[in-house]
Amino acid sequence: MEEVKLFGAWPSPFSYRVIWALKLKGIPYEYVEEDLSNKSALLLQYNPVHKKIPVLVHGGKPIAESLVILQYIDETWPQNPLLPKDAFERSKARFWAKFAEDKGSTIWAIFRTGGEEQEKAMKESLEMLKTIEEHALGGKKFFGGDTTGLADLTFGGIALWLGVIEDIVGVKLVEPHTFPRLCAWIENFKEIPVIKQNLPDREKLFVYLKHRREILLASP
Amino acid sequence: MGEEISLIDFWASPFGMRVRIALAEKDVEYQFIEENMMSTVKSSLLLEMNPIHKKIPVLIHRGRPICESLVIVQYIDEVWNHKSPLLPQDPLQRAHARFWADFIDKKVYACVSDLWKNKGETLQAARKEFLETFNVIEGAIGENPYLGGETFGFADLSLIPFSSFFHASEMFGNFSIKVELPKIAAWAKRCNERESVSKILQDPIKVYEILCLARKLQGIE
Repeated sequence: MEEVKLFGAWPSPFSYRVIWALKLKGIPYEYVEEDLSNKSALLLQYNPVHKKIPVLVHGGKPIAESLVILQYIDETWPQNPLLPKDAFERSKARFWAKFAEDKGSTIWAIFRTGGEEQEKAMKESLEMLKTIEEHALGGKKFFGGDTTGLADLTFGGIALWLGVIEDIVGVKLVEPHTFPRLCAWIENFKEIPVIKQNLPDREKLFVYLKHRREILLASP
Repeated sequence: MGEEISLIDFWASPFGMRVRIALAEKDVEYQFIEENMMSTVKSSLLLEMNPIHKKIPVLIHRGRPICESLVIVQYIDEVWNHKSPLLPQDPLQRAHARFWADFIDKKVYACVSDLWKNKGETLQAARKEFLETFNVIEGAIGENPYLGGETFGFADLSLIPFSSFFHASEMFGNFSIKVELPKIAAWAKRCNERESVSKILQDPIKVYEILCLARKLQGIE
């Protein structure tokens, strides 16, 4: 099998989406940690358009953008599929993965801002979370059904990073009585061995993100 | 086969055009349901079929809705796989196509909108952003006939509807695409030689006129 390399950054949920996919499929890979404040020449060469992690390099060929990478992994290594076989079910999975991708940034907006801007971001985040609660899970254990799939990996940031942001900012957006389905999903998702064994240390993440927020709010 | 296929759409929507081109590529017949975008009230059908985003296009197949233009295009490609594959077979080439479709979704709509929605200084900034964004695509096309490489595909289909907005962009931004982005100009002409594209793309003059109207209504002019 050709060599697989992943350029990632330990605090990034986007990086972890790819780690989870690779681990769920049992694909060996070399991990390269990128310092986001000092990006390597290699990363910039592999992703000149966005200059971001994660980047998967397979047999020397780079693939960028986490959702693109996840679908590449699923198509190259079909074991433990991330997408169902039925075209309509696949369209639903892709719809929710896109939803997570497009709307997930509102949670990060809470982290990056204060005052009125933060209020707006919190309102938008609650709307997004409510939509997931009411429409996305239905009665299922995971977005993918009985097992995790593309949408679960894309929503993975909610499983850990959301809680850390809530602690740093001092708000509680997701609670069991208001979001019973989502809370159940968070617990079930984190119990999956691959996920459980591949999450950043919560305390380390808290300290790192708290410091990042202080810098962000201090800058003009 | 008794397939019931409808498309809730708006004639000038570049996202809707993507779906219409995909359906044309596959020779699929469907009922076109025009959503009145000039109305402040969305139709009950749209709200029922796309309760989450309340946006067009929505494909309704066998009574079930599929939303988000690129999700719809991939669905069409998988269901009607008897002809004109829109995505290549090779996973790396598919990733390449999806990467560029994602880039177009993230950047192109915004910079095309910014041009018609602004004036003065913000228009100048929008003009710069438009040219910078399209220059990246210009580079990606390179010496290839298409953004997808040798053949017309998913990435080209994602972008080509925006060519209906090129004339309007030139008028608002005061530049020539042929001069500033020659490869894109040539690529657009080449894509237009395809029957599905030439049949579906909207008249750039009509698009310019409706954007001028929108500018007036929004008090930009």
